[in-house]
Amino acid sequence: MSGNHPHDRSLSEMDVRVRALETLLVDKGLVDPAALDLLIETYEHRVGPHNGARVVARAWRDPAYRDWLAQDATAAIASLGYTGRQGEHMVALFNAPGVHHLVVCTLCSCYPWPVLGLPPAWYKSPAYRSRAVIDPKGVLTEFGVTLPETTEVRVYDSTAELRYLVIPEQPAGTQGWDEDRLASIVSRDAMIGTGLLKEAA
Amino acid sequence: MNGPHDLGGAQGFGPIALEADEPRFHAPWERRAFALTVAMGASGAWNLDQARSARESLPPALYLSSGYYQIWFEALERLLAERVLTGPGQSPAPGLRVLQADAVGAVLARGGPTEREPGGPARFAVGDAVCTRLMNPSGHTRLPRYIRGRCGRIEALRGVHVYPDTHAAGQGEQACWLYTVRFEAAGLWGPDTTAASVHVDCWEPYLEPAPR
Repeated sequence: MSGNHPHDRSLSEMDVRVRALETLLVDKGLVDPAALDLLIETYEHRVGPHNGARVVARAWRDPAYRDWLAQDATAAIASLGYTGRQGEHMVALFNAPGVHHLVVCTLCSCYPWPVLGLPPAWYKSPAYRSRAVIDPKGVLTEFGVTLPETTEVRVYDSTAELRYLVIPEQPAGTQGWDEDRLASIVSRDAMIGTGLLKEAA
Repeated sequence: MNGPHDLGGAQGFGPIALEADEPRFHAPWERRAFALTVAMGASGAWNLDQARSARESLPPALYLSSGYYQIWFEALERLLAERVLTGPGQSPAPGLRVLQADAVGAVLARGGPTEREPGGPARFAVGDAVCTRLMNPSGHTRLPRYIRGRCGRIEALRGVHVYPDTHAAGQGEQACWLYTVRFEAAGLWGPDTTAASVHVDCWEPYLEPAPR
């Protein structure tokens, strides 16, 4: 019978294995189920790319903040309240005319959690991790992004505990926008380097 | 190790599977596997480099056919069996911390910084020409295969950081200088690349001065 049948309530093999392990660890007193719930709640609903979008918007509006971000991204980002796990050591990469940055972790799934949340599945996939360092323009095409022929792509492979955040160029015509409106056009993928900015709402 | 995780430059994995409005988790078990991994990571039973080492030591066919939360889970089972549930009747090893709900916020906010006070001056300066060592350690390393034995220039000094190669092996932090090194893409791949440059974070033991 198909596992997708609507009346089929059986659990998948992974459901069974994970439940079994959780039960074992709770029984042994090694995990607090309420802590698990809170971890899930935090990363499913609270932390996400809206945080990184605030960083980008501030950098666009405030030259002093931009300079701080370039000098000490960890401190500049912490000043907005985004700190901690998988963002302990931050580096900002500034796109410029003719220069585009793309971030990957070829060895695993390193990603700046405090500013972007948990990585999307594609970021952790062999398809992305293998090709980003050799054919970034081909990768970008799959994301619907075509850069000018002369634009150079600099790929950052996150092999250490530094976590990279791409700061896209501020689009023409958005000078004078307030921070909320600027943040609303900053997409997750633009901060990884695989995407463009969103259309203004 | 030259495991299935070391994917930079590999070919044949096909198009990238993009998903509009992708959910954070794709199945209920992914939520629990994620949270169990983070919670047990705070127990002190192993460090982050040992967790990475366990993931990349999975059988290659299993690694490459699993989604990432399954990779985490497979490694978690192995780490628990090797390091935690080791007593009679799988009784836990003593001295482990239990992450309680009221500590989650503080633990996440603190994270696990890896920067340490320098014990000495950096060997290299920005702009120095360096080459990575040609090496194939059987244990954990963060020097990807595609960059071994290649030459580039120091782009930035990033401070002194815990050295994953020894940390994963239970030989202590042995913190050393960390650098971002810029490699010209054509020097890595020849003409078959659309990158201009590839920038890799390298610990000092991975590097030696470029031959003159």
